[in-house]
Amino acid sequence: MEAFFEWFKVLYDETGINLPFIYDSYDRGRMLDGLWMTIKLSVVCLFFSVVIGVIGAWLQGSAYTWTRRFVNGYIQLFRNTPPLVQLYFFYFAIGSLLPRVATEFGGEAPLLGNFAWAVISLSFFAGAFNVEIFRSGIEAVPESTVEAAEALGFSRLQIYKDITLPLAFRVILPALNNNLVNLVKTTTLAYAIAVPEMLYEANQIWSDNVNVTEMMIFLLIAYFVLVGVLVWGMNRWERAMKIPGYGA
Amino acid sequence: MTTRNYKTDLPVMMPVDGKPKNRPRFRLKLWHGAVLLGICLLSPTLSFAQSDAGQASVLEVLLRWMPLLLKGFIFNLVISVFAMAIGTGVGAMLGLGQISLHGWVRKLAWAITQFFRNSPWLVLLFFAMFLLPFQLRIGGVTIPLPDWLKAIIGLSLPVMANVSEIVRGAVTSLPSGQWEAAESLAYSRRQTLWLVILPQCVKRMLPPWMNLYSILTMATVLASIVGVSEVMTLTGQALAAEGGRTDLLAPFYSFVLIIFFIYCYPIARWTVYLEKKFAVKG
Repeated sequence: MEAFFEWFKVLYDETGINLPFIYDSYDRGRMLDGLWMTIKLSVVCLFFSVVIGVIGAWLQGSAYTWTRRFVNGYIQLFRNTPPLVQLYFFYFAIGSLLPRVATEFGGEAPLLGNFAWAVISLSFFAGAFNVEIFRSGIEAVPESTVEAAEALGFSRLQIYKDITLPLAFRVILPALNNNLVNLVKTTTLAYAIAVPEMLYEANQIWSDNVNVTEMMIFLLIAYFVLVGVLVWGMNRWERAMKIPGYGA
Repeated sequence: MTTRNYKTDLPVMMPVDGKPKNRPRFRLKLWHGAVLLGICLLSPTLSFAQSDAGQASVLEVLLRWMPLLLKGFIFNLVISVFAMAIGTGVGAMLGLGQISLHGWVRKLAWAITQFFRNSPWLVLLFFAMFLLPFQLRIGGVTIPLPDWLKAIIGLSLPVMANVSEIVRGAVTSLPSGQWEAAESLAYSRRQTLWLVILPQCVKRMLPPWMNLYSILTMATVLASIVGVSEVMTLTGQALAAEGGRTDLLAPFYSFVLIIFFIYCYPIARWTVYLEKKFAVKG
């Protein structure tokens, strides 16, 4: 392994292609931390955005007009404003209103750190799209299926949980897939509030080593691979969950 | 979604509670946007109540900076229009490349599209910002490349890839009968494409294209991260100039949210309207 790392040092000396995140153990650690942070941020946001989508779509089918209005207001507000401004709004505006808590070192720290705010903001952003996606899937479930469930005495929650959602889920997987890919790409915004994710760490490295070109190309490839892994996984899942007799 | 109206008085056909049980579905009206705006506009007034007596009120400060912020927003719009124009032009060619008859053109166009579609917008923006030279020398003429021009180029890259996919999707969504009919009328491939296929595609491409424009407009704030003085940068500077008062943060950021909402929401509404209008009844 050491020899492999050393090879990149030789590559730098010979050709000038500088990849310090491979041969330099400190930069390597930073880059791996950044990658790990991006993955962590993506996974946590994926989870919460899907949860928001499921709950939001359920609330949208509610019998109360104001519940539906509230959910729709949330969707329109988050869909039609820039995610970066949302992030700033959450982090700077709402973050500054929250009380500060004492840290173990005797100092004061905000109640929620930048990672937490990035998760909240990005989840709400992607969640707004997910609600619409889930709603379209629920509408695609034949009315007669729901009526059959009603006839069998299922409650509204049971119908949603056991009948509508499993069927809708299969319909919406392609659209959900698309949105989740977008979410992974949007995690780069966390850079703006100094969450040490991949773009942030790459920026640190290129500031130290003045190798913007190499880092940029590496970043593009890294995100390409990350998104590729997600798409590959989702496509496999899509195939596994396919309802026989539907689609091509 | 179909609604059932039971045209019978047989008791067995009636729902238990006696009313036809239409599952309620909420359609967003324009005035709902107004309600949301009202809520957002209320938040500055609320924090106005919190501010100290010695300082200028929040509303006053906001009004003072508003012309500058709106100028910044117009700059955002300029960036978005130019990035959209460049992205659409190049993207349309790339999309046509994706349906080319030459295998290698198709593969190349596909690879470029996928590459730029799967990279984060912010990374592409950094890419354009740092890797383009600050001036170009063609022959004896020096063309300066200011930051905002680089931002336009950086933002037009993902737009280009998305437009390419929109074009390809629209062309492949047409029934193959259209191609065959044109062929039987002895149209050449170019004639088929220009006279038969693309005119039908425009209708299909318009809603996703507008959607993309809306996304692009919202992405123009990313240029603030790389130092273009658009609305977000100016907001930060205005806040700094006011001495970092924390009670100003929420109103200023909500103001930025609101102006984007006012601009993007009608576009979204219009897109939905067009989608419905162009929808093929199935």
